[in-house]
Amino acid sequence: MSEQVVTQPGGESPAPDEDRRDWAGTWRQITESSGLVVAMAIFAALVIAGLLVILVDPDVQEAAGYFFSRPGDTFAAAWEAVSSVYGAIFQGAVLNFDSSTFAGTIKPFTQTLTMATPLIFAGLGLGIGFRAGMFNIGAQGQLLIGATVGAYIGFAWHLPFPLHLALAVLGTAVGGALWGFIPGILKAKTGAHEVIVTIMLNYVALNLVAYLLTLEAFLPPGQTNPKSPIVDESAQYPLLLGSQFNLHWGFILALLCAWGVWWLMERSTLGFEFRAAGANARAARTAGMNVTKTTILVMVVAGALAGLAGSAPVLGTEKALTDQTAGSLGFDAITVALLGRSRPLGTVFAAILFGGLQAAGPTLQTVAGLRPDIVYVIQALVVLFIAAPPLVRTMFRLPVPAHEKEVAA
Amino acid sequence: MKLELQGITKKFGDFTANDAIDLVVQPGTVHALLGENGAGKSTLMNVLFGLYDADGGQILLDDEPRVFAGPGDAMDAGIGMVHQHFMLVPVFTVAESVMLGNEDVTGPAKLLDLNAARAKVKELSDRFGFAIDPDAVIEDLSVGAQQRVEIIKALSRDAQILILDEPTAVLTPQETDELLDIVGQLRDAGTAVVLITHKLREVKAIADDITVIRRGKVVGTAEPTASQEELASLMVGRDVSMTVAKDAADPGDPMLQVHNLTVVDGVTEITLLDGVTFEIRAGEILAVAGVQGNGQTELAEAIAGLTPTDAGHVTLDGEDITGHSIRKVLDAGVGFVPEDRTEDGIVANFTIINNLILDIYDRAPYSTRGTLNGKVLVDNAEKQVENFDVRTTSINALTGSLSGGNQQKVVLARELSRDLKLLIASQPTRGLDVGSIEFVHKRIIEERDNGAAVLIVSSELDEVYALADRIAVMYHGRIVDIVPPDTDRDTLGLMMAGAHKEEEAA
Amino acid sequence: MSAPAIEPSALAHPEPGEPVIKRRSWKAPIALGVIAVASLVIFGLLSPSGSQTTFVFARSTDFFTLPTLTVSSRGAAIVLSVLALLLAAYSAALAANYRKPGIWLPVVYGMAIIGSLLTWAGAGRDNTSIQFTGLLTSSLFLAVPLVFGALAGTICERSGIVNIAIEGQLLAGAFLAALVGSMAGNAYVGLIAAPIAGAAVGAILAVFATRYWVDQIVVGVVLNLLVLGLTGFFFNSIMKTNPELNQALSIPTIDIPLLSKIPVIGPVLFQQNLLVYILYIVVIVLQIMLFKSRWGLRVRAVGEHPKAADTVGIKVNRTRVRNTILGGAVAGLGGAFFTVASGLAFGNNMSAGKGYIALAAMILGRWSPRGALAAALLFGFADALRVQLGIIGSDIPSEFLAMTPYLATLFAVAGLVGHSRAPAAENIPYKK
Repeated sequence: MSEQVVTQPGGESPAPDEDRRDWAGTWRQITESSGLVVAMAIFAALVIAGLLVILVDPDVQEAAGYFFSRPGDTFAAAWEAVSSVYGAIFQGAVLNFDSSTFAGTIKPFTQTLTMATPLIFAGLGLGIGFRAGMFNIGAQGQLLIGATVGAYIGFAWHLPFPLHLALAVLGTAVGGALWGFIPGILKAKTGAHEVIVTIMLNYVALNLVAYLLTLEAFLPPGQTNPKSPIVDESAQYPLLLGSQFNLHWGFILALLCAWGVWWLMERSTLGFEFRAAGANARAARTAGMNVTKTTILVMVVAGALAGLAGSAPVLGTEKALTDQTAGSLGFDAITVALLGRSRPLGTVFAAILFGGLQAAGPTLQTVAGLRPDIVYVIQALVVLFIAAPPLVRTMFRLPVPAHEKEVAA
Repeated sequence: MKLELQGITKKFGDFTANDAIDLVVQPGTVHALLGENGAGKSTLMNVLFGLYDADGGQILLDDEPRVFAGPGDAMDAGIGMVHQHFMLVPVFTVAESVMLGNEDVTGPAKLLDLNAARAKVKELSDRFGFAIDPDAVIEDLSVGAQQRVEIIKALSRDAQILILDEPTAVLTPQETDELLDIVGQLRDAGTAVVLITHKLREVKAIADDITVIRRGKVVGTAEPTASQEELASLMVGRDVSMTVAKDAADPGDPMLQVHNLTVVDGVTEITLLDGVTFEIRAGEILAVAGVQGNGQTELAEAIAGLTPTDAGHVTLDGEDITGHSIRKVLDAGVGFVPEDRTEDGIVANFTIINNLILDIYDRAPYSTRGTLNGKVLVDNAEKQVENFDVRTTSINALTGSLSGGNQQKVVLARELSRDLKLLIASQPTRGLDVGSIEFVHKRIIEERDNGAAVLIVSSELDEVYALADRIAVMYHGRIVDIVPPDTDRDTLGLMMAGAHKEEEAA
Repeated sequence: MSAPAIEPSALAHPEPGEPVIKRRSWKAPIALGVIAVASLVIFGLLSPSGSQTTFVFARSTDFFTLPTLTVSSRGAAIVLSVLALLLAAYSAALAANYRKPGIWLPVVYGMAIIGSLLTWAGAGRDNTSIQFTGLLTSSLFLAVPLVFGALAGTICERSGIVNIAIEGQLLAGAFLAALVGSMAGNAYVGLIAAPIAGAAVGAILAVFATRYWVDQIVVGVVLNLLVLGLTGFFFNSIMKTNPELNQALSIPTIDIPLLSKIPVIGPVLFQQNLLVYILYIVVIVLQIMLFKSRWGLRVRAVGEHPKAADTVGIKVNRTRVRNTILGGAVAGLGGAFFTVASGLAFGNNMSAGKGYIALAAMILGRWSPRGALAAALLFGFADALRVQLGIIGSDIPSEFLAMTPYLATLFAVAGLVGHSRAPAAENIPYKK
C-alpha cells in the first residue's frame, strides 16, 4: 500500500485499494514469483513431507525410543525412511534402474507423461480462467461431462479410425464446453459467483454420470457394474511409443493445445479481451469490449480444455467411462495451474511434476509401504508456499526482488 | 483542548508525504489546512488520527505528548474525524453506525443497547437541527445526511478536536453554507476544528487561522483577511492565472443532439436522468455543472452507451445512436474519458503499450485477422508517450505505477488517437496536479478547435469556467438551465441547488 | 464473494416516446408456479387413481399414540399441489403490486410440495409406509455437519474471510475426534478434540489471508487438499498399524425427560446425542450474538467496510483472524459428527463433500445462523428422503434427489430464489 502512495502523488488520499478484489494481486504474486521461490517452495514441501514420513515410520519410532543412548540410530532410521520414499518416487516417476531393459528403465517417465496429459489439458483451461479473472473450480464436472460424451461416441458409434477418434475427441471438448457455458452465462447474466456455481455443478455432473451409468444405453449388455463398454479401437488414441508403453497421442495433442493457448492469450485479440476483462472488467467494458461475451467465452474455452482432459482416461488409458473417471483430476489441475503460474509452459512443467508424483503412487505403495496420500500433501504445500512468496523468503532468508517492490502497489 | 503537531514527518518509501510539519490549533477556533490535491493534508491528519505511524515528530494535546497506536486511541483522547470518503457501513442503521466501536450494552447478556444509541443520535441531531432518523439505513441517506451522521458519530464520542477532511467536495453551495454554520456552532461551543480543504472561498468564510501546505511542507500561514489570489499563489507556489487561455468558440453545425433522454435504475426504480434535452455544436464545449450525484455521470454514460436508456434519443452527426452498445458509439466517432480513471479508464496491471490500445486493439493496423501486431503497438506507444508527455521509465511499465496525471494522459492519448466527432470527458482533471490540469485542459480545447463537439462533466466550478463555451447545470436528473460562461458563481450555485424548482432541504 | 455484476441486466429498450414503466420482479412467482404445475401433473394427475399412501407418525415411547394416516394418493397430491398453485398465484398478485410475501409463504409452499411428493412416492405400497417421524429424525441428524459447517462459513464470511476450507475443517475434526477419543478411550474427549483440529485449519487460512494476502479461495481449496492428504496419510500409516488409535466410539443418545415423549417432536428433537443439543445452543447463541451483541456489530462492520471499522478503533485483521479460527473450531466440532457422533471409526475422505454443501447452505441461508439452519435442514431432508425412498423402493433415481441441494443452490445464486447479498468486503485483504 505504501508504494501506492509513492506512485500516486496526484491523489491526496491513497487510492482505496481495498475496494477492489485482490485477484490481480494474488495472481501477480503467483505469476511473477521468481523461479527461485518456486524451487524453494517445492524443496520446502518435500522437506515437510519427509518429516511426516519420518514421524510415522516404525523403525524411526523404535530407534527414537532409545534416542539418548544411541541418537545415531534415530537419524539413520530417519534417513532410511526418507530416502526410501524419495527413492521410490524417483523410481516410480523418472527412471527405474532396477529394470534390466532400456524400455523398463524409462517406462516410469513415460508413465509420468501419461499421467500428466489430462493435467495439462485441464490446467491450461483453468489457467485461462485465472488470467481472465475467473476462479473455475469446475474442471472436475467439465471433465466428467466431456468424458461422458466422448466415451459415448467412442463405444456407441462405429466409424473408421481417424474420423471416429476425431469425433470422440471433439465430443469431449463439446461436453466440457457445455458444462463451462453454464457458469459462464450465469455469471454474465445474473452475477452468480463462478466459484459457487462450479462447485455445485461438479456434484450435479457426478450424480448425473452416476445415473447415466445405471442406464442400459451406457452399460455393456447384461451388466450393472457402473462401467461403460470399452470404446472402439477406432476411437482410441494410438500409442505413441509402441505397446510397451501407455503413452498415447493425447500427450501430443495436449502439447499442441499448450501452444494454442499461448497464441490465444499472448498474440490474439480475443486473448487481449480475456486478459483485459480479467484485470479490470469495468475498464474493459468502458473500452467497448463485450464483457458478457468474454465471460461466457472464457468459461466455454476453459470447459472445452477440461473436457479434453476427460479424453485422456476414456480414449487413452482406461478406454471406458466409470463413475471414478474424474478421480481428483479436476482439483489436481487447480494446483497445476497455480504452480504453472497460469502460463502454458509453466502448466506443462507443473503437470509433469504432479503427474510424476501420481505415477509414483504404486511404487510408493510397494517399495515404501506408503499410500499415495503423501502426494496430496506435497501438492498442497507447494501451492501454499508459491502463493505466499514472503513466507518462502522468510524461511530461506531470500531477498525481496526489486521487480516485486516496483509492482507491489 | 489545544492540539499541537511538532515536526511531523511521514514517508512512503522514498516519497516524503509530510516533511517536519508544525501546526497549532487552539480550542474554540477553526484552523484551515489549505493545500492542493496531493499536498499531504490528508496524510497529516491520518497520522494525527492514528491511522499512519509517523516517522518523526510528536503530537501534543494540551501540551502533553501523546502517541496514538490506532484511531481508537485518538478517539479516546478526544479527536474526531470526518473522512473525505465516509466511513459508514452501508447496511447499518444510523444508530448502529454511531455506536460502532463505542457501544453501550445492557442487560445480563450484555447485548447492544440500541435505545441508548437512538436517544444519543436524537439528542445530537436535535441540538444541531440535523433531522436524522436513528433507524434509517445509511445507504438510503443522501450524501449530505451521511456527512451529518459522521459528525454525530464524532460528537457522540465527545470529540473536542474535530477534523473535517474536504467536507464540501460532495455538497451543493447551499449545503456547504449549512455545514459552515454547523462548524461555527461547534467552534462557539469550544471545539477545535481542523478544516482540510483546497477551496479558498470556504477558508475565507470560516477560518480563524490558515496554514498552507505544499508538497508535504508548511509553506506559510495566513490571516483570513488575505485575498484569494494571495492564498492561491501560496498554495500553488507561483502566481496562477485561474483560467487557461483559449480563443472564442467557432461553433459549426449541431453535432450531438440529445432529446428527452431518460434513465431509470433497474433495481431501485429511481429516475436518474429525467427527460434531458440539449445539443452541442461542432467546435463547442458544453460543460455540465452540478453537485455529484445529480445525474451527470449517468448522462455521460447513457450517451456513451454504458447505461441503458429508458426513453429519448441521442443523435450524433445526424445518426441515431440511441441504445447502441458502447462499442458502436465509440466506432461512430466518440471519445470517452470516464469519471473514475482507475476503475474505468485504465487496466492498472497492463503495460502502457496495452492501455494505449484498449479500445482500438482489434482494428488495423494494431491487429490483423485477430492477431496483434507487436511492432505497431510498440511504435504507437512510443509516439503517444512522447506526444502526451507521459512521464514514465518505459512503455513496458505497468500503467498502475504511473502518477494520476500520467495515467490520465494515457487515457486521453488513447481517446484522442481516433478521429472524434464528440469527446465526452467526466471529471477530466480530478486528483491531478496543476501542471497536468493545464495540459489536459489545453488538449481538450485543441480538440474543440479541431472541430469536435466536447461534453465536459465536472463538479469543480473552476474547471467549468476554464473550459465551457456554454454551461448546463444539472439537478435531480434534470437540466435546470443552460447559461453562458460568464454567469456568476452565486447564480450557478443556486441553480445547482435546483433554484426556482423544488427547494429541497435534505 | 459478490463480484459486481459485470453488466447490469439488459433492460428492454422501449421505443422512443414510450412512457417509462416501473418494473416488477416476476421471477419468484413464475418459479413457484412452474413447480406447482409440475407437482400437480406428475404427482397428481398422472399418478394412477385408487392407490393409497400410509404415513406413520407414532413411536412406542410417545405419551400417546398418533393414529396412522392413510390418504388417497392421487387426491392428496392434487389437493396439496392446488394449494401450492394458489400460493404461487398469491405471490404473483403481491408482485403485481410491487410487494413481496412474508417468510411463511415459501415455508407453507415447500411443505405442500414435499407432502405431494411424499404421497406420490409412497403410493400403492401396501406393506410399506412413509415413516414420517423417522424421516424427520434422520433429516435433522444428517443436517448436523451441514449446520455446523454453514455456521462456520457464516462466522468467517461475516468478518470478510471466505471459508472454502469448511470441507477440510470437517474432515480434520472427524479425524482428531476419532484419534483423541480412541487414545482416551472416551468418545466425549474426542468431541472436545474435534474443534481444535478445525481451529488449526482455520488458523492457517487466517494467516495466509491476513498476513500474506493470498486469495482466500485459493487457500481454501488448497487446505482441503492438504487435510485430505494428511488425514489419509495418517489413516493409512499410523491408524492402520495401530487399530487401537481408530476405534468406533460413540457418544450416547440422551433422552430429554418429558420433552422426548411428545409425539413426533420428541423423537425428532429430544432423543438425540449431545452434539445435536450443542447444535441447538450454538445456533441460538450465534443468531443473537451476531445481530444483537457488540461482538456481532463489530464483526459485521469488519466484513462490510473494514476501513470504517478501523477508523473507530476496531482491529480489522485481529477480528478476522479470531473469527476464522472460531469458525474453524465450529466446523471442526461438526466434523465429530462423522466419527464419534455416528459411532464410526475414521475413514478416508469421510466428509465426502459435505463441506461444500455446507457452503451452499450458508449462501442459501443468506449468511445468518437461522437461515443456515433452515437451509441445512432442507438439504438434510433431501438426503433422508433419498434414503427412505430407497428403502420403500421408489421409482425416483436416488441420484436426482442427491442433486437437489446443488440445484437449489444454483437457483439461489442465480437470483431465482431471491437476491442474496454477501458481505461486501469478502476476499479483499485489508491493507493499511
